[in-house]
Amino acid sequence: MSATLKVKILRGSALESFEVPRHPSQTVLDVVTYIQRELDPTLAYRFACRVGMCGSCAMTVNGAPRWTCRTHVDRVARNDSIEIGPLRNLPLIRDLVTDMRTFFDKWERAGGHFEGAATRHDDFAPVRPDSEDRKAADAGIECIGCGVCYAACDVVSWNPDYLGPAALNRAWTLVSDARDVKTRERLRAVAGDAGCHACHTHMSCTERCPKHLSPTAGIAGLKRAVAKAAIKGDL
Amino acid sequence: MKKEVFLWMAQRASAGVLALCVVVHLATIVYAVRGGLSAAEILGRTRGNAGWLAFYTVFVLAAAVHAPIGLRPVLAEWLGWRTPSRDLFAALFAAALWFLGMRAVLAVFG
Repeated sequence: MSATLKVKILRGSALESFEVPRHPSQTVLDVVTYIQRELDPTLAYRFACRVGMCGSCAMTVNGAPRWTCRTHVDRVARNDSIEIGPLRNLPLIRDLVTDMRTFFDKWERAGGHFEGAATRHDDFAPVRPDSEDRKAADAGIECIGCGVCYAACDVVSWNPDYLGPAALNRAWTLVSDARDVKTRERLRAVAGDAGCHACHTHMSCTERCPKHLSPTAGIAGLKRAVAKAAIKGDL
Repeated sequence: MKKEVFLWMAQRASAGVLALCVVVHLATIVYAVRGGLSAAEILGRTRGNAGWLAFYTVFVLAAAVHAPIGLRPVLAEWLGWRTPSRDLFAALFAAALWFLGMRAVLAVFG
């Protein structure tokens, strides 16, 4: 490990170079924070929890989208240098900060909120943890909404209306939730050219998801569920 | 939206048919070329054979269904062609595949 790390940061259309002291277990977010605090206070970036929970700090690191707070420099540096840019497929606000509104609007468009029929007067719904539906929901439930999958997805870059892996993964967890009552509406929302049928199964989302989820599997589940509903005339 | 679902199911179903047809087709090729290949040998097998006529008719039909559905997103994603004329183009492409394919099938049958 050399004493310093060469860092290039994409700011607008130009790359700006910095030299940052190396430390053991240093994360990419540490590097960006050092630059902002010690070298250039005008650098804009976003973070919150620093422990891989909030999904705020995703950036493009050496060409691939990553959560920077849990990405060690040792793992991604090439020849003691890294290049950092904002997430792809999202409008740029400034430097490393993207506008996440379209990303989260698409969760809403995909029917991403839970809709139950029970009231607080009802008893708890019995949901067996080993039931197929619950296992399917559990497999996708830990999404932190970081946008890494959305930035990794080529279909989003080709079809800006495409709901994207995270929104569809969310829809799949709800379709698999025995307590939810809006399955029909949700399947309608996710079917079609801007929904699950646009996915080409490239699996970039699954490859890049920092939580090791598989939105691709969820999207395949949605395709099957939509087809079943269509055959039953229930779409 | 329902059209997209129907097209997806048609593409999946035709893919299943194609997978089977391609295997039979390749196996036939491997078998047929063992002692060299001649037009007379091919025509000797296909002429007047209703089985091969039915098989290749199904093959052509599956290809004519499958390929144009796959062409639609290619046209949308690479050329930005999302207007209804895209569907017309895909339908014409399907008709062309069907016509050319069946022309060949009937030529080796009759």
